[in-house]
Amino acid sequence: MEVTTMSRDRQAGSQAGARATPRATASSFFGSDRSSDVPDMTVGAIEHDDPVFSCRAVDVFYGDKQAIFDVNLDIGRNQVISMIGPSGCGKSTFLRCLNRMNDTIDIARVTGRIELDGQDILDSKIDVVPLRARVGMVFQKPNPFPKSIYENVAYGPRIHGLARDKVELDEIVQTSLERAGLLKEVKDRLDQPGTGLSGGQQQRLCIARAIAVSPEVILMDEPCSALDPIATARIEDLIDELKENYTICIVTHSMQQAARVSQRTAYFHLGYLVEVDETDKIFTNPIHKLTEDYITGRFG
Amino acid sequence: MSNTNSTDKDAGTGLRTTDRAMDRVQASLRKRYRAEKRFRAYGLISVVVGILFLFVLMASILAKGYPAFRQTFVTLDVYLDAAVIDPQGSRDPAVLRVADYKRLIRNSLQEIFPQASGRSDRRKLVALISNGAPFQIQGLVMDEPSLVGQTLTLEVPASADLDMLMKGRIDRSVPETQRRLSDAQIGWVDTLIEQGRVHKRWNKALLSNGDSRDPEMAGILGAAKGSFYMLVVTLVLSFPIGVAAAVYLEEFAPRNRWTDLIEININNLAAVPSIVFGLLGLAVFLNFFGMPRSAPLVGGLVLTVMTLPTVIISSRAALTSVPPSIREAALGMGASKMQATFHHVVPLAIPGMLTGTIIGMARALGESAPLLMIGMVAFIVDVPQGFMDPATALPVQIYLWADAPERAFVERTSAGILVLLAFLIAMNALAIYLRRRFERRW
Repeated sequence: MEVTTMSRDRQAGSQAGARATPRATASSFFGSDRSSDVPDMTVGAIEHDDPVFSCRAVDVFYGDKQAIFDVNLDIGRNQVISMIGPSGCGKSTFLRCLNRMNDTIDIARVTGRIELDGQDILDSKIDVVPLRARVGMVFQKPNPFPKSIYENVAYGPRIHGLARDKVELDEIVQTSLERAGLLKEVKDRLDQPGTGLSGGQQQRLCIARAIAVSPEVILMDEPCSALDPIATARIEDLIDELKENYTICIVTHSMQQAARVSQRTAYFHLGYLVEVDETDKIFTNPIHKLTEDYITGRFG
Repeated sequence: MSNTNSTDKDAGTGLRTTDRAMDRVQASLRKRYRAEKRFRAYGLISVVVGILFLFVLMASILAKGYPAFRQTFVTLDVYLDAAVIDPQGSRDPAVLRVADYKRLIRNSLQEIFPQASGRSDRRKLVALISNGAPFQIQGLVMDEPSLVGQTLTLEVPASADLDMLMKGRIDRSVPETQRRLSDAQIGWVDTLIEQGRVHKRWNKALLSNGDSRDPEMAGILGAAKGSFYMLVVTLVLSFPIGVAAAVYLEEFAPRNRWTDLIEININNLAAVPSIVFGLLGLAVFLNFFGMPRSAPLVGGLVLTVMTLPTVIISSRAALTSVPPSIREAALGMGASKMQATFHHVVPLAIPGMLTGTIIGMARALGESAPLLMIGMVAFIVDVPQGFMDPATALPVQIYLWADAPERAFVERTSAGILVLLAFLIAMNALAIYLRRRFERRW
């Protein structure tokens, strides 16, 4: 689905206007004039009192195609914010901007400002290595390294030099696995390959791996989409516990999940951030029609 | 969304369409299965034909080659005559080295056949024994000068002609003039056989000697060692260079016109005829850098240049096949590009890289054309002791033997091919072992 090509005339964003494509493309997928319903400004409350991330006028381009249009969003500290929206709406793309994972895609270009504690991380002088240590990531498909469970968790601390000796490293591995709720299941087989675990366990191993480097923020890109409901429930409980110490941004396709785990919810549509607000408010009393359509399951 | 619409519209006519559709499916089904059967048969036939060819090839090489591993020896009582070896009695190694040991053999043969006294008879008699036999006695005497004056019972190698007669390669029924052995010689051989002096033994010379003009003394060791040294140079250079180039091009290099150009060139180099690399070696390594002619070092360098494209291409393929999720996982942890590459991507790609390298090495082992230009196609008697000694290679040795006029070299050619194949199988076995090992680590 070439959602990125679909844009609408919007005078506010200069780049967006310049790259507008015929409306017919958009309507072929989303019925009549869906795209014209996107508001000029994000509705709801984009600001937060204590933001970890503060994103302003973020645009993302893949080559000539624009994937994200003028996103403004604050992400609050020690909160769970979920990003929802139909496939191809740019929520994952936006998430990947937050730790500059888009750098790994040659043709991707990000403009605007994304401040992490007041520092613009899009600045080319910013070193992505410490940034990614501060902003960890859990991916859609569980992707443990093809190494032992211990090595998986120990890898981050080891490359960042977080442990002075073996004893400290063991401790980090233990606590990380404990926090990820995996320790009980694997403590007798730390030397076995991480790829031998079940899907849900693998995903929790990936979470343990991410928190082993003590990040401030954990980005989760549809972490439960490959898991069964029981494993999903465990991950959700885990997210609930982790928010005490970490800020979590989660992209999800499941509105129930967003409602269960997050305090704030952002709704993306065709690369625009349509609405962002307290989760309760989004799900009970959405302001924008598109948001309402989506959460009531009318499309998407 | 559109699917829902179409189903609704077709609902009225649905039943009839389905019936007809099933008929058509049934009709096409038989055709499909027949096609599948045919295709399977084609596949099976080609496999059988392939195996048949391989079997015929191997059988013919084995049948021709195995007699070369047996060699005829003649047991002689050799009197180490002091008057012949060392008339002055000095026991000086210089004197011992140049003594006429051939005469000792002639003397001992004449004791068995006193009636063969004429000059030409004596020459024919000595022709039954290998030219290597005097050197065998020389070696014994040089090691132990006190043996002079004693009579030793020695097993000396028979000449190639006698060997061929024993292996049934000389037809006694053809006229004497068209035979390499005269009637008299055959008579003597029969006497020797009657006396139990002729035996067939394991042919040690074939695996422990260098090349020789005399088939019975010719061995493959010189060529095998030459090939070995060359492959060591090739492996040591082409694996690290090829892998490093592949890792750089695949993981680090920006995609632009220059890298495209390099990629195209590498792909083209893989298809360049190997003799061109020989010319390059001649021009660059011998003429420009002044490296020694016929040396395994130069051969290895030329073969390195030849195998590099293969190694690079297969290593890049191995790197591409590593799932991107592994890279993302490592980068997402805050690993630097290099850490992600060397901690996670390269270890996963190593088995594939090894496979490519081994394919390249196997090709290098079988090459003779590039060696032509740098002087490795040569008659070299001494077994090379290092990377700078003149040497030749296994395929070259096989070619040289195939070209030799003596009948006895025919079986040695096949034996040489067997040694080359053994080399190849050993290398592949090593590769498979290494690959398994690296794969098991994960």
